[in-house]
Amino acid sequence: MKKMSGMRWPALLALTIMGCASGVVVAQQSDDDIFAEYREMFGDDNPAELIEWQGEDLWKEARGPKQASLEQCDLGLGPGVVDGAYAQLPRFFADAGRVMDLESRLVYCMVELQGFDKAEAAAKPYSGRGEEPSALEALSAFIAGRSKGTPVAVPQDHPAERAAFELGKQFFYLRAGPHDFSCATCHSQSGKRIRLQALPNLTASEDARKAFSTWPGYRISQGTVRTMEWRMGDCARQQRLPEMKFGSDVAIGLITYLGVMAEGEPMDAPGLKR
Amino acid sequence: MRTFGWVKCVGAAVLSTALVSCASTAADAQAQAPSFDDAVKSSFKERGQAGMDRLNRNAMQLACSVPADQSPTGDAAKAIQEQAQARVVFPADGEYFGDWKAGEKIAQTGKGMQYSDDPAEPNGGNCYACHQMAPDEIAYGTLGPSLKGYGKLRGTSDPMLQYTWTRLWNSHVYNVCSHMPRFGDAGILTEQQLKDVMAYLFDPKSPVNQ
Repeated sequence: MKKMSGMRWPALLALTIMGCASGVVVAQQSDDDIFAEYREMFGDDNPAELIEWQGEDLWKEARGPKQASLEQCDLGLGPGVVDGAYAQLPRFFADAGRVMDLESRLVYCMVELQGFDKAEAAAKPYSGRGEEPSALEALSAFIAGRSKGTPVAVPQDHPAERAAFELGKQFFYLRAGPHDFSCATCHSQSGKRIRLQALPNLTASEDARKAFSTWPGYRISQGTVRTMEWRMGDCARQQRLPEMKFGSDVAIGLITYLGVMAEGEPMDAPGLKR
Repeated sequence: MRTFGWVKCVGAAVLSTALVSCASTAADAQAQAPSFDDAVKSSFKERGQAGMDRLNRNAMQLACSVPADQSPTGDAAKAIQEQAQARVVFPADGEYFGDWKAGEKIAQTGKGMQYSDDPAEPNGGNCYACHQMAPDEIAYGTLGPSLKGYGKLRGTSDPMLQYTWTRLWNSHVYNVCSHMPRFGDAGILTEQQLKDVMAYLFDPKSPVNQ
């Protein structure tokens, strides 16, 4: 493993360590083989479980100015229904008058049920390196985990849900910035990789299903759970775009587009990611 | 909400996708629906060196914001390619080659122009993200063609050097919707950096040609 550089250092470092630990000849494998082995070593144990438990505690804890829990939050299947809810998000919420993904819906519930200030609740959605998981990361891990095995069924009934899909799809192909990158630059061909890392073709059902059903995911190279919105925003960073706003129309549109592409796949999140 | 107003849709330059969007959402359109561009602008904010101007698309970016099978053809493609060709700047001193060792570093470095990057540091070219180059570097991507033995296989005739410089400067001269960044045209790499990459590709001593 020589001459590695740039943005992939943490992953490659982790890969090298794992390669050494398991006596693997790294040079003959792609990243994905290594991480598949790593997943196998974990068996049914995913370090995300600890964070799922933190999320469950947060869900039930009386917090905020109103000292209320989130247990009556309506994630789309009725107040307090958590099982299977994540597999049907994003969706249109009549009370908010817009399409929401899990993360923006959680912020809505924190504001409405617990009395938090909206800007405050969404101010730092993702934890920094070495920090405890954010409330949204822990809650997302918990709620996604409660959809395990439920087939993805992101609704396209309401006009706003169809509009979110169209916005996401159109943005997927948008080329901009100094490097002219779109999502499609890396994610519209099958069997390709960047450096050693396989790139899912998100315009093809097979790869889209696998990708969508495993987010949020425990990111091995970062030692924490990362959410679907984090995934979208970090791709935008690498595209050299400005910062994708949390809960923005484009973020929710992209997640809707991917969710519809992943129709029918049993949820398997939080996944284990490189 | 968030449907595309059909009037703006028809006016949009991204014709094919816009038309598809129109066809499937026209019935949903509401008077107050924001345009696609407005929805995109409101979804981002400036951060570090990545300003909102990065969302302003040029003619190529607009025309190529479509699935590959809908890329412009005919006169539309020709116009983009001719404009790209007209903007190519060849080395002022006529010298194409810099230092292949510096070029190797540029090929290996993926940093540069992200809001998380230090703007004081030189940008990388990140060639290895997409291309095989030196045979002993196994961590290469496959989005682009293999460049293993580039100079050894092609020689260093003037047309070959001009072609390769042009390919690095603005790949759209040859492929209208090439995925490759316009390293010269977009100011990602300096003239000296491009010369260094040229040397990495062509120098007989470069690992690429071993």
